[in-house]
Amino acid sequence: MTQLIDKSVKQKPESVDYSAMPDDYGHFGVYGGVFASETLMQALDELRDAYEKIKTDEEFQKQFDEDLAQYVGRPSPLYFAERLTQKVGGAKIYLKREDLNHTGAHKINNTIGQGLLAKMMGKKRIIAETGAGQHGVASATVAARFGMECVVYMGAEDIVRQAPNVYRMKLLGATVVAVESGSKTLKDALNEAMRDWVTNVDDTFYIIGTVAGPHPYPAMVRDFQTIIGREAKAQMQEQCGCLPDALVACIGGGSNAIGLFHPFLEDESVAMYGVEGGGLGVDSGKHAAPLCAGSPGVLHGNRTYLMEDENGQIIETHSVSAGLDYPGVGPEHSWLKDIGRVNYVAATDDEALHAFHTLTRVEGIIPALESSHAVAYGMKLAATMKSEERIIINLSGRGDKDINTIAKIEGIEL
Amino acid sequence: MSRLAARFAELKAQKTKTGKQKTALIPYVMTSDPSPEITLPLMHAMVEAGANIIELGAPFSDPMADGPVIQAAAERSLEHNTSLHDVFSVVAEFRKTDDKTPIVMMGYLNPIEVMGYESFAQQASACGIDGVITVDMPPVEAGDYVPALKSHEVDPIFLLAPTSTEARIERLADVASGFVYYVSLKGVTGAATLDVSSVEQKVAQIKQHIDLPIGVGFGISDAESAAKVAGCSDAVVVGSVIVKKMTLNDGKTEPERSIIIKEISDILSAMRSAMDEEQ
Ligand SMILES: Cc1ncc(COP(=O)(O)O)c(C=O)c1O
Repeated sequence: MTQLIDKSVKQKPESVDYSAMPDDYGHFGVYGGVFASETLMQALDELRDAYEKIKTDEEFQKQFDEDLAQYVGRPSPLYFAERLTQKVGGAKIYLKREDLNHTGAHKINNTIGQGLLAKMMGKKRIIAETGAGQHGVASATVAARFGMECVVYMGAEDIVRQAPNVYRMKLLGATVVAVESGSKTLKDALNEAMRDWVTNVDDTFYIIGTVAGPHPYPAMVRDFQTIIGREAKAQMQEQCGCLPDALVACIGGGSNAIGLFHPFLEDESVAMYGVEGGGLGVDSGKHAAPLCAGSPGVLHGNRTYLMEDENGQIIETHSVSAGLDYPGVGPEHSWLKDIGRVNYVAATDDEALHAFHTLTRVEGIIPALESSHAVAYGMKLAATMKSEERIIINLSGRGDKDINTIAKIEGIEL
Repeated sequence: MSRLAARFAELKAQKTKTGKQKTALIPYVMTSDPSPEITLPLMHAMVEAGANIIELGAPFSDPMADGPVIQAAAERSLEHNTSLHDVFSVVAEFRKTDDKTPIVMMGYLNPIEVMGYESFAQQASACGIDGVITVDMPPVEAGDYVPALKSHEVDPIFLLAPTSTEARIERLADVASGFVYYVSLKGVTGAATLDVSSVEQKVAQIKQHIDLPIGVGFGISDAESAAKVAGCSDAVVVGSVIVKKMTLNDGKTEPERSIIIKEISDILSAMRSAMDEEQ
C-alpha cells in the first residue's frame, strides 16, 4: 500500500490546467473532496447539482452581476496608495478596496451568490458560521433582503471580540447562537452550523463563508469571489497597461485570497503571496498558519493542511484577528502550495497591528485586522522590489469592527 | 469466519419468546470516558448485561456529526489525551478474557489519516478490533481505505441515512462488510423522536440491495424504542442514553466507577429483555 499523500512530491508539474480544478468529486490534486457523513450527502448532492446549473445559467449570472453592481457597489476601486508607496520605498502599492463593499468586506460577494442560489432552490432559512462576524453580517444582510430567516453560529470567544458585528446581525433580524464547545471560535461555529444543517436539511441553506467545507463549497465560493481578481486585472490593465508583479492577500479560510489570485494563476509573471495569521510567531506554536507550519489531514469535509497534533487532533489556533483564527485552509490553497504556484507566509499579531496603524495614518484607510496581515507582508515585500514594479494588496475589509479590540490592546476604554 | 459474522449467525439461530430470531444489542461508549480506568470493566459488564457487540468510540476534537452528549464525551476523553493507541490497548486487554464479542471502533477520519491507513488497519486487526465506522469517510473517498482494512480482515462499516438514495445504497453494497449502520434520524446523535414505520420501510429498501445485517441507531432512548426497532432490524445501537451516565461522577475511584457501570448495565438489561420479549 502506498501512502495516500506523498509528502515529498512538491514541485510544479510541467503544465497545469488551473481551470480544470477541481475534478467532479471536488479534488484539487489529493486535497478537497467530500469527507462528510452520509446524513449530509443528499444535501450536498442537491447543492452540487444546483451549483452546476447556475454556473452556465445566464439568468442567474445576470442577476448576480446586477446585485453586485447595484447592491454591493461594485466594481470596488483599485487604488494607488501613493503615500504608503513613498513611505515603504519600493514597488508601487495598489489596494483592491473590498473594504468599500456594502457591509464592509469581500464576504458579501459570496453571500449574494449563495443567497440567490438558496432562493432559487426554494429554501426558507439560512444558516451561517462566522468568526470575525463579517460573514455573519453579510449572511444576515442577504437574508433580510430576501426575506428569509437567518441563524448565525459564532464562537463564544469571538462574540466578545467582535461585539459590534454581533449587534449588527441582531439589528438585521438574525439570531446569533453562541457556540460554547471546543475552542469557542470559528471551527466550532462551523461544526455547530453543520449539525443544524443535517437536522434541518429540508428547508435550510447553509452559506459557508470561505473556500472550505466539502465539495462544492470550495469551488462555488471561489467562483463567487473571483470577481475580485477579474476586476483587479482589468483595472490594472486600464490604469497601467500591464499585469501586476505580485499579489498579496490574507488567508483565513482563503476566500479573499483565491478570489484575487485565481484569475491570475495562468499569468506566470505574477507572483502570489498568501499571508496567514502568524499570532505570536510561527515558532511559538501560537498561531493560525497551517500552510506555513501544519500538515495534511481531513477536517470539515475536505483534505487540506491543518493545525493538528501527532494523534490527528485539531489544535487550538491563535490570532489577534478572529477571521484568521482557523486551523484549516481551503483545499485549493493546499494544492497551490504543493505545486509551488503560490507562496504562503505569515505575519505576526504585532506586525499586523503595526500595519493597521500605518495604513490608517498614512492613507486614511482603517483596515480590518485580517487585511492588516496582508498589508504588513505587502509593505515588507514592496520594500524589496523595484520602484517600477507593482503589487496589489487585497484590502479584504474595513476595520470598524475591530476598534474595540485595538482600543483594548492600547489600554483605552471606549 | 469473522467475529461479527459468527455473532450474527449465532443470533440468527436463537429465538425470542415470540419465535423470531434475536436482534443484536450494540452499546456505544467512548474510550476513557470519563476516566481511562473505567473502559475495560465497563466493556465486560455490558456483555454481562446482554450486549452482543460493542461499539467503542475513538475521540476527535471536532465531532461534526455528533450531538452535545457525544461531543461532551469526546471532550472528557481528550482530557486524558486519549489516542488511537489507547483504543488499541483497551481492546487488546479485553481480548485476553473475551475472544468472542465483536468490537467495532467508531470515530472520525483524521486520526486514522495521520496514522496512515495501512498502519492503522494492521494495528486495529492485531489488537482484536473487528470493524471500523469512520463517520466522515464516504464510499466515494474510500478507494485506499477499504482495501487497507479488508487486507487485514477488518470490516469497513458504513452509514446509511433516511436521505440515502437508491444509487448510494447500491454503491455501498460494493464496499461495505460486517454490517450496515442505518442512522434512523435526520440530525445528529442524541436527537429525540423516532418514527418506527419509516425505519421499517427504509430497512426493507436497504435489504433489497445489500446482503448484510442492518443495525439501526440514533434516537433509541429506552427499552420500548429498543424493542420496536429490534422488530425490524438485525441490531440496535444505543449511544447517548448510556453516555449520559458518564456525567454521574468522574470515574476516578472504584466506587465511582461501579455506580456508572451499574446504571449502564441496568439500562442494557432492560433493553435486552424488552427486545427478547416483545418482538
Ligand atoms: C475582512 C476579512 N478578511 C479576511 C477574512 C478571512 O477569510 P478568507 O480567508 O476566507 O478571506 C475575514 C474573515 O472573517 C474577514 O472578515
